[in-house]
Amino acid sequence: MKARTVSRAFLRRAVGSTPLASRTPNFQYSAIRSASSVSQRLGSSHVSFPGAVNSAFTSDLKFVIPSDYPTLPTYRVVDQDGNIVDRAFKPDLSDEEVIKLYKTMLTISIMDPVMFDAQRQGRISFYMVSAGEEAISVGSSSALDREDVVFCQYREQGIFAQRGFTLKDFMDQLFANKHDLGKGRNMPVHYGSKECNIHAISSPLATQIPQASGAAYALKMQRINDPSLKPRVVAVYFGEGAASEGDFHAALNIAATRSCPVIFFCRNNGYSISTPTLEQYRGDGIASRGIGYGIDTVRVDGNDIWAVREVTKRAREMALEDGGKPVLIEAMSYRVSHHSTSDDSFAYRARVEVEDWKRRDNPIARLRKYMESKGIWDESKEKEARESTRRDVLKAFSEAEREKKPPIRTMFEDIYEELTPDLKAQMEQLNKHLENYPNEYDLGEYEGGIDSLKS
Amino acid sequence: MTSHSVVLRPLGTVSKTVSALRKCKRPVVCTLRSRNYSTHPPNARLNLPTDYSTTSLLAHSSQTALSNPELSPEAKNGTAKRMNFFQAINDALSIALAEDETVLVFGEDVAFGGVFRCTMKLAENFGGARVFNTPLTEQGIMGFGIGLAAEGMRPVAEIQFADYVYPAFDQLVNEAAKYRYREGLTGRHAGGLTVRMPCGGVGHGALYHSQSPESLFTHIPGLRVIMPRSPLQAKGLLLSAIRSNDPCVFMEPKILYRAAVEQVPTSPYTLPLSRAEVLKEGEDLTIISYGQPLYTCNAALQKAEEDLGISIELIDLRTIYPWDKECIFKSVRKTGRCMVVHESMVNAGVGAEVAAAIQEDPDTFIRLEAPVSRVAGWSIFTPLMFEKFNIPDVARVYDGIKKLLEY
Repeated sequence: MKARTVSRAFLRRAVGSTPLASRTPNFQYSAIRSASSVSQRLGSSHVSFPGAVNSAFTSDLKFVIPSDYPTLPTYRVVDQDGNIVDRAFKPDLSDEEVIKLYKTMLTISIMDPVMFDAQRQGRISFYMVSAGEEAISVGSSSALDREDVVFCQYREQGIFAQRGFTLKDFMDQLFANKHDLGKGRNMPVHYGSKECNIHAISSPLATQIPQASGAAYALKMQRINDPSLKPRVVAVYFGEGAASEGDFHAALNIAATRSCPVIFFCRNNGYSISTPTLEQYRGDGIASRGIGYGIDTVRVDGNDIWAVREVTKRAREMALEDGGKPVLIEAMSYRVSHHSTSDDSFAYRARVEVEDWKRRDNPIARLRKYMESKGIWDESKEKEARESTRRDVLKAFSEAEREKKPPIRTMFEDIYEELTPDLKAQMEQLNKHLENYPNEYDLGEYEGGIDSLKS
Repeated sequence: MTSHSVVLRPLGTVSKTVSALRKCKRPVVCTLRSRNYSTHPPNARLNLPTDYSTTSLLAHSSQTALSNPELSPEAKNGTAKRMNFFQAINDALSIALAEDETVLVFGEDVAFGGVFRCTMKLAENFGGARVFNTPLTEQGIMGFGIGLAAEGMRPVAEIQFADYVYPAFDQLVNEAAKYRYREGLTGRHAGGLTVRMPCGGVGHGALYHSQSPESLFTHIPGLRVIMPRSPLQAKGLLLSAIRSNDPCVFMEPKILYRAAVEQVPTSPYTLPLSRAEVLKEGEDLTIISYGQPLYTCNAALQKAEEDLGISIELIDLRTIYPWDKECIFKSVRKTGRCMVVHESMVNAGVGAEVAAAIQEDPDTFIRLEAPVSRVAGWSIFTPLMFEKFNIPDVARVYDGIKKLLEY
């Protein structure tokens, strides 16, 4: 009762103090509007609503039509024939370094079909190739500092490889053996590495994007607390399909409002599983959205490793400017492969379209043409590199396949920092059960067999 | 900023009022008809308003507060100060921010002090870089917090009402909870994350300002789910949650923010997680609850003990998951009768898990002299005008006690 009286009195006061002339239907809003809002000045040509402070008045009723604007351009350094088209471009890598990047792309492109076939033979449970997108991962990663923090979606093997993830590391994860850094818990291709500063991949799409914003804010705060730390950025990768998730929206908005040094890296490869981009969005790709969030944005040819490197280098500098800010890169490419081993992409797109992309333009061929035109690569080097890489892949493959699986106990660990009494009891239950039914389970393939369950 | 500043409502106490929903930006439909919770049906003997100024569940003297056996020696030898629930939360956040520069506090509207005043003066004292508003996006807040935690910070995120945590569910379930597990040998985790959220009935919160979704979180391995019942607990448990290396969901019964006032030790101190507290010992029946309904239970058991000449044991679960089974089993083995009380829906609620665990434990099962009973919200939502028939009250708990004894 008392409360209502108070609030009514408050209202009455608010009304009473408002001059009669200003008792428009909106007076109530102005009465309670926050003090930070500066009201409209007489004769002003611009609106001073707090939501858009520099908006000019117009007497011309006109909706903004997206198609009135040209499609955002796609930056490239090297054309499809390997010729440099950006005259301002200055290569900043030695011949050896260029060859190393090429070999990293080649390694991924050789490992991919081997593992795809391994899945087809039932030797691993799942695989996803990144054919056609090697330049995006290897090129962008090569322009980052190794200590910059990376969040991936799942089609970024090249980043791991470029940062020093070895063929053994890949194979240990794919076979989920006892050396797998993920302790045999994740599906294949869900790599993660502390050494490489890449967070473990999780299947839910786009969840990593706001996490990257938070991680970037962490790096920024840590540097405020300790200025001797070197400046670092976070790079987060995702496909154009994932950008339809709410987390994408949240991430860009929060990164912009909190000024987080994060590079949002979209791989726009034309498809999310079977869904073509026309069913994914109707705007000008993902790049056009960055502007709406107040984020500096660029679109780049994802088949051009030089262009990807250049924009990433520049984006990294920008992300660290003014105490930190987000940057969005949209790299255009084409998903040459099936979505995954569980997908037959010819069910929704023409084989000829894929063949055409493979033949006409692909990132590995383009860099090879560049290297050949510089005289640092030739057919015999290509043959040698392909053969030795294939040998290395197969060697790592067979070694990883022979290793035991992690101890069974591993399934209960790392739920919490320490095993809870419940989990200890459940581990003991499983132990007893396996003792009672030893022939129902294949325990031999797990390191230590049943013994790991004994507390 | 807000279009419903007229709502000022009493919250479960005679003298104190709180504008629980006053600053809420959500479109809240509130009736202008006032209900005063200090009134009650003229002939009511059981359903009287909770008198927080006399309840034995709160420490009314500093001596009581400082003699709490769970306090550290430093806290025991320190002083105590009268605080309400939101002040105790504020005190804990203040301590956490002061003692650890990796602690950050953020959420919707926390910078000016928060819609429930829990973050008052924190932005002024610790700076806008550490205490700040986020855009209005729960999934963003949670994802942002997980990213901070995964890079070694201790974020304390606020979800304005537990009713609005669902957009963040994916981030909590699939990301925060599973982070340590899927990272494996890299050792990274989101354990620094604490998520605070006001929960529970407030008399007029209806569908979206009343929910207690704790049982949804108890189905998620990897999370610690905590609900304090008092200012002293709120401070100690929140500091434990912030220091914990597991992600914690910290639920604050908002009806207690101003209503529950007690002496709270001024030193930093923690209370143990996953440990229940026996509030009152008894021989004939065990009541298990957490959060605000403990006050209801306490009132009901006093009447039942007077009327029926029995003695009842009252246990505060405090951490709802992973919960303190041994404490509960020990009590039920002694009393043989057990009731679980919570506000949220009875179906698949915390009571279901507690009851199942009791009957599953051989040593406890054979001591049962009556079926485990659950007194909880009906399997409905919280309807504006019918809240008092939905949330367990003294009469329903009292009746539950009687039925358990008559079995």
